Amino acid sequence: MSSDATVRAAKPSTSLALVNAAGWGKGLSILTRITVMAFRHPWQSGFAIGATLVASTFQLMIPQLLGQAVDHTQVVLTGGGAGQAAQDALLTTALLLLGASVLRGIFTLIQNYYSEAVGHHMGYRLRLACYEKIQRLSFSFHDSMHSGDLITIGLLDLEGVRMYFSTALVRMVLLTMLIGIGAYLLLSTDLVLGLLALSFVPFVGWRSSVTQLRLRATWLDLQERLSVLTRVMEENLGGIRVVRAFAAQKHELDKFDAASKSALSLAHQRVGIRVANTSAMTFSFFVAMGLVLWFGGGKVMAGEMTVGTLTSFLTFMTILQMPVRQLGLMVNAFARASTCGARLFELLDLDIAIKDEKDAKDLKVSDGTLRFEHVNFAYPSAETHQVLTDVTFEAKRGETIGIVGPPGSGKSTLAHLIPRFYDVTGGKITIDGQDIRHATLQSLRRSVAVVQQDSFLFTTTIENNIAYGDPWAKEARIERASESAQLHNYVLGLPTGYGTVVGERGVSLSGGQRQRLSIARALMLRPAVMVFDDSTAAIDAGTEQRIRSAMRRYAADRVTIIVAHRLSSLMHADRILFMENGRIVESGTHDELLALGGRYKALYDLQVRPGEEALTA
Amino acid sequence: MAEELETERADVREDGRRPPRAVVGSHRIEEEIFGKVFDGNIIKRIWAFVRPYRVKIYWAVVAVLTFTAMQLLVPLIIRYAIDHGMQPGSVDHGVLTWSIIAFLAAILINFGASYVQETLVGNVAEDVLFDIRKAMFAHLQRVSLSWMDKTEVGRLMSRLQGDVNSMQEFLETSVLSVGDIALLFGIVFVMLYLDLKLGLLTLSALPVLFVVRIFWLPRARKSFMAAHETNSVANGALAEAIHGVRAVQSMDRERVNFTLYDDKARANLKTHLTAAKYAQVMVPIVDSLTGLAMALVIVVGGARVLDQELDVGVMIAFLFYIQRFFDPIRSLTLQYSVMQRAMASGQRLTDVLDVPVDIKDAPDAKVLSSDMDGSVEFRDVVFGYNPKHPVLKHVSFKVNPGETVALVGPTGSGKSSCMSLIHRFYEVQGGQVLVGGHDVRDLTQDSLGRQIAMVLQEPFLFTGTVFENIRYHKTDATREQVIEAAKAVGAHDFIMRLPDGYESILGQRGGNLSLGQRQLISFARALVADAKILVLDEATANIDSYTEMLIQKALVKLLEGRTGLVIAHRLATIREADRIIVLQNGELVESGNHHELMENGKLYSRLYNLNYASFDDIPDDIVSEKEAEISTT
Repeated sequence: MSSDATVRAAKPSTSLALVNAAGWGKGLSILTRITVMAFRHPWQSGFAIGATLVASTFQLMIPQLLGQAVDHTQVVLTGGGAGQAAQDALLTTALLLLGASVLRGIFTLIQNYYSEAVGHHMGYRLRLACYEKIQRLSFSFHDSMHSGDLITIGLLDLEGVRMYFSTALVRMVLLTMLIGIGAYLLLSTDLVLGLLALSFVPFVGWRSSVTQLRLRATWLDLQERLSVLTRVMEENLGGIRVVRAFAAQKHELDKFDAASKSALSLAHQRVGIRVANTSAMTFSFFVAMGLVLWFGGGKVMAGEMTVGTLTSFLTFMTILQMPVRQLGLMVNAFARASTCGARLFELLDLDIAIKDEKDAKDLKVSDGTLRFEHVNFAYPSAETHQVLTDVTFEAKRGETIGIVGPPGSGKSTLAHLIPRFYDVTGGKITIDGQDIRHATLQSLRRSVAVVQQDSFLFTTTIENNIAYGDPWAKEARIERASESAQLHNYVLGLPTGYGTVVGERGVSLSGGQRQRLSIARALMLRPAVMVFDDSTAAIDAGTEQRIRSAMRRYAADRVTIIVAHRLSSLMHADRILFMENGRIVESGTHDELLALGGRYKALYDLQVRPGEEALTA
Repeated sequence: MAEELETERADVREDGRRPPRAVVGSHRIEEEIFGKVFDGNIIKRIWAFVRPYRVKIYWAVVAVLTFTAMQLLVPLIIRYAIDHGMQPGSVDHGVLTWSIIAFLAAILINFGASYVQETLVGNVAEDVLFDIRKAMFAHLQRVSLSWMDKTEVGRLMSRLQGDVNSMQEFLETSVLSVGDIALLFGIVFVMLYLDLKLGLLTLSALPVLFVVRIFWLPRARKSFMAAHETNSVANGALAEAIHGVRAVQSMDRERVNFTLYDDKARANLKTHLTAAKYAQVMVPIVDSLTGLAMALVIVVGGARVLDQELDVGVMIAFLFYIQRFFDPIRSLTLQYSVMQRAMASGQRLTDVLDVPVDIKDAPDAKVLSSDMDGSVEFRDVVFGYNPKHPVLKHVSFKVNPGETVALVGPTGSGKSSCMSLIHRFYEVQGGQVLVGGHDVRDLTQDSLGRQIAMVLQEPFLFTGTVFENIRYHKTDATREQVIEAAKAVGAHDFIMRLPDGYESILGQRGGNLSLGQRQLISFARALVADAKILVLDEATANIDSYTEMLIQKALVKLLEGRTGLVIAHRLATIREADRIIVLQNGELVESGNHHELMENGKLYSRLYNLNYASFDDIPDDIVSEKEAEISTT
């Protein structure tokens, strides 16, 4: 599954939380929470656990029956009854054995199927919860979170939680039954021999738990190292022209070698850990078996024990061997569920910073007047750094406002406040007198469209991309929006027209084409406020001019806000705001600002005809 | 979290109709997962990678066979101990003791063999995995750019990871299968040897399992594939939601998407439940067959023990063997799928490894020395990515040492191709390209690369520190040299403002810097490389005016004392050039300095007089209008 390639390795942070004493309490509460979730499917989890009990009981009967069968064959030797009776007894035992085997098989099927089913149902619910949460969490959250980490939570951590029921809980029931009852049966038959037979259990259980936890820790480390290797390869292939241009192949191979060797040595180390463990476990099992054979043999000779009992001891041991080895897997599953659960629940429990107020009403757009009233703003991640200070302006329907200023002056931030991607920290923004914080997000975002500088295209057809905000739209309307954005002719030139798939895995569009597509997409919303956030930078001036004249038809119906570096994009605006350090420092029409002779004028001189002075300065 | 779990399916419209144009996630076309079961050619290619480790592999096979032999021996020893060492009433412990000693010896050998085998196989499989990956990576460094241009990076990565991993799996399981086959035949042989009739009777259960599995396998595999498929679809949709969350929220698509995602999650649930059924259905079948075989041994064998025709130990040994009986069959049938997967992957790997290296150093290639004059000359060059449609048609020009030449022309005029040819990214179809007076085909690529510094339009930075990026082409550059270069291009100030200065880690592709800043770093990088020739593709995208000014200044610095070939977009750069070469449709239409070209009144002067700040701002239709004007006058 190559999509795994995009799954960045889980962080090797708290992988051993369960071993860590401080983590016990939290780990336990997380496991409880997962257990409660599992039992929200009462029938399925009940079936699974019930079937486990039954299946393990039948399994425990098998060694007993085998022992009996062997003993039945010995009646002649021990001077027992006639052949026919012994034959009948053998037949009965054989039938019982067959029955026990069949039933054990069937109940194991039920056990496994339903415990997986519980896991998959949990997985389904968690997937939805995760998806919904991620969709709703506000921009400030997504700014602070690496998308790769979110994907790790949504895929790997969710998997760890989902698997908890079958690999940890049900397995625990099974192992308790087999080891507990098995031990009871062995010990009650013959204490010494029973102890010998069980002597491998604590050693193997301990070894396998320690090993699994170590393997898990090194696994996380290995993933980390492999992700470095992946990055080296990906960057190399993506930047192959740079590599070739400077004949840096050798340097790149060295980088690859270093990353590769570091991963390989850990991989070898992991092989070592694993092998040392499995060999030692097998060996200790066989040692115990040898002891049972030796002492048991002596007892048989002394007439203190039948061959059948010895056989059932040996068979018991064979049956116990697998589950005891799995103790480690079970411990690992608990550890995994508790760390994965910690991360997953942290995400699911997050508060959504920007959501509808309890009594939020739909935004009613009448005059279409947008007003900033003494707006202050600081990003939640850096609260002390005021990005916007006392920004006040008004824009009426039909007006175009241009916003310009040096990088970092807060002009893009200002644009992001209108659809409430972030909430103001002081003052307010109103549309037709309604504070946007009292409006429903849905109505607000349908009224305010922002065309981003670098907008995300979805891997689907151009048609679907344009209609993203209005998937019910009629074809004619999609084409009209596309025409206004000067995209239509380009699309018609494509062999599959509007059906052409674009985006990450489709036809790649140039920067300008992408921007035109996102303008078309925004137009589909018929917004009352349309914001261009430096979104024509990659479009040549001529095409931009044509887009602008196409828009003029609708401009009367809305407020248009243009944030741009290029003055030619906003010179025609009804009002231009020049921003610096989060404040509006100059405001007026193009001509007024030129006449003012301030910062705007300086920028204009620099851009419109960069003369020799720019080079010699 | 409870409330999210309760979230009801919100159908978007009252009538519950799904929006006709909405999808979440994209459906990836999966590559062929299964190939032929056996392909001699591919095995041969894989073997080439295993060969260096063949001695280890031989030892591993010996170890696996020893291990299997011990597995077979254990029940036999038990049988011997029971039949000959445990006569009730006997006081002779000799046989029992010897049996136990034999047992001990067997398990010690077993321990050693399993240790050796697993260590060898595990390590060799990892080694081979990394070797194959390295061979591919190294090969990709040499294949022609025209092949790389056609190939998606994502595709290549899945070769380097997924396909290589399935080779590792194949290698590991192959040796184990040798053990499985040996175990299967061993059990059959030992059973028949111990008692022919009882053995035949018990073995009758084997073909049943074979037949069942043959019917089961294709269906089960289909269900597993479906589960795998829906998984990657659902995961893809989640990844999309994460990457596109800003677009989703600004377009108010959350509810529509949730409904659509629910469909995918549901499909995923359904296919997984089906797959679970298929996976589990074998359990009762194997258990029943095992029970049946044991019951047969008890009834038939037991009767013969009663009649004293059979030792009880033999019966017990049979019971032990039966419990191990079905394991090898299960792993062998699984191996079948592993083989198929490995063949498909192996095919893709060899496809990559077999991509011919078009551009190689000639056998007698010369090293371009650093004291060459730094001239670049195109002599009657004909070139096209597709030879039928040449992009450059008989282009000739010479750039003299130390001269700066600006290449100007509308999109598609062949400017970028000129740049690639100097570097010999592609081979010309006619004429020749000379650097320092030598045909580039007569020079080693390595030395050519060292004398040409290239700055691309979209600067590509690597993950790592600013320092490492600046000295990317000259890894022995000192800190002073790096800082000096950064100062020279005006990047020093903003670098020092980064949290860790020169040691600041740049994100993926330098994502945490603005385009202008990345450009400046790539200038510093080129300056540190200190090559005789600079080839530069000026950025067209808009950069804020302040950085723009820095870049213009840096450019002057960068071109000092170097031969410069600049694909120029900005008038300021063009005017400053010693000479301007105007290309159009792959042909050189005029050349000269700014004043000369302004005076002759051809394309350049007409475009210049339109008063645009950059040639790229001029709309295409106006360009063609001007061209038309020229042809009519």
